[in-house]
Amino acid sequence: MSATLRPAQRPRAAAVIIAGRRRRHRRHATASIVLGALVLALASIALMVGNTFYGPGEVLQVILGRQVPGASFTVGELRLPRTVLAVLAGSAFGIAGVTFQTMLRNPLASPDIIGISEGASAAAVFGIVVLSATGPVVGILSLVGALTTALIIYLLANRGGFAGTRLILIGIGVAAMLQSVVSYVLSRAAQWDIQTAMQWLTGSLNNASWERVLPLAIAMLVALPVLLAQSRSLSMLRLGDDSAAALGVRVGAVRMLFIVGAVLLLAFATAATGPIAFVAFMAGPIAARLTGPGANLLVPSALVGAVLVLAGDLVGQFALGARYPVGVITGVLGAPYLIYLLIRINRQGASL
Amino acid sequence: MSVAASIGSDAAVARRPIPVRVLWVLAGCAALVALAVVSVSFGMRTVSPDDILAGITGHDATLAQAAVLKRVPRTVLAILVGAALAMSGTAMQAVTRNPIADPGILGVTGGASLAVVTGLAFFGLTGAWGQIAMAVVGAAIAAVFVYAVGSLGRGGATPLKLTLAGAATSAAFVSLISAVMLPRVDLLQAWQAWQIGGVGGADWAKIGVLAPVLGIGALLLLACARGMNSLALGDELAAGLGENVFRTRLISALGAVLLAGAATAIAGPIGFVGLVIPHLCRMLVGTDHRWLLPLSAMTGAVLLLAADVVGRVVAAEEELQVGIVTAVIGAPFFIWIVRRQKVREL
Repeated sequence: MSATLRPAQRPRAAAVIIAGRRRRHRRHATASIVLGALVLALASIALMVGNTFYGPGEVLQVILGRQVPGASFTVGELRLPRTVLAVLAGSAFGIAGVTFQTMLRNPLASPDIIGISEGASAAAVFGIVVLSATGPVVGILSLVGALTTALIIYLLANRGGFAGTRLILIGIGVAAMLQSVVSYVLSRAAQWDIQTAMQWLTGSLNNASWERVLPLAIAMLVALPVLLAQSRSLSMLRLGDDSAAALGVRVGAVRMLFIVGAVLLLAFATAATGPIAFVAFMAGPIAARLTGPGANLLVPSALVGAVLVLAGDLVGQFALGARYPVGVITGVLGAPYLIYLLIRINRQGASL
Repeated sequence: MSVAASIGSDAAVARRPIPVRVLWVLAGCAALVALAVVSVSFGMRTVSPDDILAGITGHDATLAQAAVLKRVPRTVLAILVGAALAMSGTAMQAVTRNPIADPGILGVTGGASLAVVTGLAFFGLTGAWGQIAMAVVGAAIAAVFVYAVGSLGRGGATPLKLTLAGAATSAAFVSLISAVMLPRVDLLQAWQAWQIGGVGGADWAKIGVLAPVLGIGALLLLACARGMNSLALGDELAAGLGENVFRTRLISALGAVLLAGAATAIAGPIGFVGLVIPHLCRMLVGTDHRWLLPLSAMTGAVLLLAADVVGRVVAAEEELQVGIVTAVIGAPFFIWIVRRQKVREL
């Protein structure tokens, strides 16, 4: 286009491009800030609301470590770990989801659809029902399960070069197999185990405690800086392997790094809360709609994930007659969104 | 006219000589009879040939004969369900012209499950008729939906788009099912047993309801067998040859949905039979659907019977449900098909 412009018009064209860039940056920043504020607001509501209401002052005092009669236990021991876990797990699911979606250039290729979450679930349910495992052991099992599944899918898909489409299809096959394993293990469980396992399968914050928060927090501290530092390479991978390589990205190494990082986050989050349905899947596309085209999606997706889990948990606990685990709420919300997204993608042939 | 076109990359075996085909059909028959006998005689209690004969003719004088009497409906149900799912898969692969079409992968059994669960939880439908009706309706809606979504946009219904649409829709169904079931602890165990897929709870009343429905579905498909051969050439060529493409597709899809939905309603969602069997049969007799459909029915019955027997032998105490056995056999097969395809074709 610029070839046909007269010299006097060139600076103006440049100005238009720069202005467009600024506008996108501004939109990205605004969206991130609004999402961050939303997370804060939801988290404070989650801390204040419950069987007994505590005002912001009391909550703040508890967080600062002072002893407040009543509130210290309720807020400090029950609500605070739950809220922190919701934020951490939501962010972890969001980042893991958007990483896979970006890397495979397909919004439907989130880890909960291509079998990695199923790997974590299968290992965990096996641990709960067959080995009668509890707490940290279940977490470790599900980590091993998710990593093994991811490795198997990756190796099977890596035939004569890496192909995203093949990885997705193989992942779906593996997921089907693992689901039947889960059903089988659940079918031999005692009645009271089924309820636990079912909740565990859809994802729930009900057993939140500091012991569950800690491993996830450590995993986030390790993985997040690395992933964020490499986020530009991830954006370039979206252009296709050849273009990314031409732009100086070490495609194989970067892809490996992101797969390991995302699976790590996913597995630890799954170990702590169970696979909260569709959060990994929904966070990326929602963040993409909010921040506009071309933006880096890691941070917005993390925030959207946190918002989804916090809001889902609040709705599940207080808005309905019975208490539902958060995964049921996000699952019911996610199902129509998934179908809407499916229609939109196929019609436009677009990626994220 | 018989069309020697092929689906996917099976072009080399488009057609086998007639004696070879007859041989395979006879082999299928023999395997079916042999496995039926094995299925009736294997179990916690081993029985003698005399007992089998007596049991089949309705005597239950001894414990062994009573055991045989209980195993007969189970065997019949496994045959019916296996045949139905395999024929349904064959028809779906022909209608969608897609090598990885299968009632399970395309979300059709998922739709049937959600419908059955809805009927169970909200309308108290526990009878065989109610469940079959719900399941067929659910299967039909899911099939239409998944195919419509998967064929939107550029390139039509590619295997990748169809599979993703099916998997995503199934995932949506699963979370809706758990939302329906989670507060209903009383129904949870019954539903768990149903959804794994089993033929253990067979009785003659259920079979009596199921068999006519499956018969109608099978007849619809067999009537379209010629048309399916034309569909393999592509819509335009098939229309040029005088085939009413829309009608053929509609009737075949109806038959496929009827078979898959009814089988799912009685035996629960059983995956991968409809995927594996058509591929196997195409290797044996080529791509002529007039041969393919009956042979798939036979081979599907053999596979499900074998899975049931294996499940009974491997886990002698509690039984391994057929749905699990077929998934464990079928998923690697699915992965193999996917690996064999060139990336461009996905």
